[in-house]
Amino acid sequence: MNDQGTVHTPHEHEQLGLTNGQVIDMYKYMLLGRKFDERNLLLQRAGKINFHVSGIGQETAQAAAAFALDREKDYFLPYYRDYAFVMSVGMTPRELMLSAFAKAEDPNSGGRQMPGHFGSKRLRIVTGSSPVTTQVPHAVGVALSAKMRKQDIVSFVTFGEGSSNQGDFHEGANFAGVHKLPVIFMCENNQYAISVPLHKQISGKVSDRALGYGFPGIRVDGNDALAVYKAVKEARERAVRGEGPTLIEALMYRLSPHSTSDNDLAYRTKEEVEENWKKDGIVRFKQYLISCGIWDEEKDSDLQAQLALEIKEATESADNAPFPKPEDTLKHVYAGDSEEGVY
Amino acid sequence: MAEMEYIDAIRLAMKEEMEKDENVFVLGEDVGVKGGVFTTTKGLQDQFGEERVIDTPLAESAIAGVAIGAAMVGMKPIAEMQYSDFMLPATNQIISEAAKIRYRSNNDWSCPVVVRAPIGGGIFGGLYHSQCPESIFFGTPGLKIVAPFTAYDAKGLLKAAINDPDPVLFFENKKCYRMIKGDVPLDDYTVPIGKANVLREGTDITVIGYSMPLHFCLQAAEELEKEEGISAHILDLRSLQPLDRDAIIEAVRKTGKVLIVHEDNKTGGVGAEVSAIISEECLFDLDAPIKRLCGPDVPAMPISPPMEKFFMLSKDKVKQAMHELADY
Repeated sequence: MNDQGTVHTPHEHEQLGLTNGQVIDMYKYMLLGRKFDERNLLLQRAGKINFHVSGIGQETAQAAAAFALDREKDYFLPYYRDYAFVMSVGMTPRELMLSAFAKAEDPNSGGRQMPGHFGSKRLRIVTGSSPVTTQVPHAVGVALSAKMRKQDIVSFVTFGEGSSNQGDFHEGANFAGVHKLPVIFMCENNQYAISVPLHKQISGKVSDRALGYGFPGIRVDGNDALAVYKAVKEARERAVRGEGPTLIEALMYRLSPHSTSDNDLAYRTKEEVEENWKKDGIVRFKQYLISCGIWDEEKDSDLQAQLALEIKEATESADNAPFPKPEDTLKHVYAGDSEEGVY
Repeated sequence: MAEMEYIDAIRLAMKEEMEKDENVFVLGEDVGVKGGVFTTTKGLQDQFGEERVIDTPLAESAIAGVAIGAAMVGMKPIAEMQYSDFMLPATNQIISEAAKIRYRSNNDWSCPVVVRAPIGGGIFGGLYHSQCPESIFFGTPGLKIVAPFTAYDAKGLLKAAINDPDPVLFFENKKCYRMIKGDVPLDDYTVPIGKANVLREGTDITVIGYSMPLHFCLQAAEELEKEEGISAHILDLRSLQPLDRDAIIEAVRKTGKVLIVHEDNKTGGVGAEVSAIISEECLFDLDAPIKRLCGPDVPAMPISPPMEKFFMLSKDKVKQAMHELADY
C-alpha cells in the first residue's frame, strides 16, 4: 500500500527482479552506446579517425542482454556492433576511443585492429576478428571449459542474421546442443547484412534454427529492453542449471549505414529508415522509465550532458594519446618473442 | 627406454600430459570409444573418461574452433583432425583465429592449442587420404608447425607442443605409424620446437628434409657410402615453423651441395623457402645448384598402385637424386 492507501502494482522491471536503479543504469548504457557511436561517425567524417562500424539501433538489446548476465563472471564474445554491450560489461568510452584512434594504450588490440574488434581479458571479453561468426565455436569452447571445470558461468555470444548462415554458427550450435553446454547465442537481427536484406539471407526464421540442434530458439523484440532482458536471464538460468544452450533472435533495425564506407540509400529508402527511427528502443525505454515515475526530461537532459562530457573527455584523451611505436609491429607473434620479431 | 611404434609414442605423449595436467584434453572424430581410426587415442577414454576424450560431431571447423575457445580460457586442448585432407574446413579457424589471437590482442589473450593431423600417402588412400598440406599453413606467422619422423621425436615434439604457449600444428605421418619403431624414453622429455637435428654427418652432399622421406634418405645414404663412398650429411628440419635457419646454413656449408626432399608438392612447398634462405645467406658456399626432390605438382595422389608409386618418393628415387648431386 502506498500513502494514498492504494495497492502498488509492481512495474514490469520489478516483476523481472530489476530495481529502479538498475533500469536507469541500463538506460544510461544504451544512451552511452548511442552517443559514442554518433561521435565516432562525426570523427570519421572530420577525418580524425579512419573508420567506424556502427551499432545505432541495436543498443537497447545490447545493454539489456548485458544486464541479464553475470557481469563479474561470465564470458562475452561480442560482434563488431556491440559498443553498448561492451560498455555495459565494463569497457570505458576512453578505452573504446583509444581503439578508434588506433593508439598504443587501446586495451582491445594495442591499436592493431579496426574499431569494433573487442577484447579484454580483464573484462572477459574474448578477442574477436573480422571473418564473421568465428566467435561462435569459441563461445562453445569457453562453455565446454566451464562445464569441464564445473564453473558456474555462461558464455554469451552475439552475431548478425547474415552470420547465422555461416558454417561456424551451425557447427558451433550443434556442438553445444550435443554437449548441453552453458552458452547463449544471441542473433542481433538488424535486417541487413551490409546491403542484402533479410529475405535474401534467410527464408525461414533464425530462431527456428535452434530446433535442428535440440535446444530452444526464441524470438524477441530487440527494441523492447525488458523482453530481451527476460529472454537472456531465462537462458542464463537454463544454462547454469545444466540444461544447455539457448538461441535468442532479437529483432531490430540497423538505423545507420553498415559502416562509414557504406551508402545505405543505395539499397534502402529514406522512408524505410525514418519509419524505423520511430521504433527506436532507447526512446521507448525512456518513455517507460518516465511512465514508471522514476525518470523525467530534466534528469534526461542532465544525463545527456554528462554523457556528452564523458565522451568529449574520452575523445580528447585518446586523440592526444601516443601511437604505438612503428617497430612494435613485430611484437607478440609468439610468447616472449624478441624486439626484432620471431625469426 | 622401450622400443615402440611411432603411433604408440604419440599416444604415450598424450597419456603422460593428461596424467600430469587435468587441463589437457583430446577432442575429435572417433577419438573416444573407438580410440581413433588409426588407434592413436586408444585407451585414453577408458583412462580419462569421455569428458576429457571427446567424440565430437563431424565438423572440423567446430573441432578447431571449440578447441581454440577452450584454449583461450586456460585449457590445453589437443584437437585431432582425422586426416589432414579433412582439415581444410578448419583452415579459417586455424589461420584467421589461432594464429592471430596473441598478436591481435596485443599479448592479452593466447591460444595454446595443438592440432594433430596425419599427413602423407603410400597407403592407397587416394586423393583425399594422402595429402601433405604443410604449405597451406606454412608462412602463417603465429603458427608453429612440427613434423616428426621417428618415434622419439614424435613423443618429444608432441609433449613440447602441448606445453607450448602458442598454437602448434602437429603433422604426424600416417605411413610412419606402424612402419617406424624406435627407442623411446618412458620418462618426461621434450624435443624443442624450432630446432633442426643433424641425423648424419657427411662431407660430400647435404640432404635437408622432414617427416617420412627422411627414412629413404638415411637408407640411401648408407648405400651410397658403401657402394660409392659418397658421404651424405642429413638434416631433419623437425620444425617447419619456425625454421631453424642457422642449422640450415650450417648444414649447407658442410658440403656446398644441397638436396631438399619432401613429399608435399614442389611448387610453393617448404623446400622453396629453405632454398630461398640458402640463396640469401650462403649462395657463395654452393658448389652446385640447389636441387629439390618433391611430390609432383598434381592436385593429389591417385589410388591406383602404379600411379601412387609414381607419386611417392622412395629410397631409389632419393638415392638417384643424391648420386646426381654428388656427381655434379
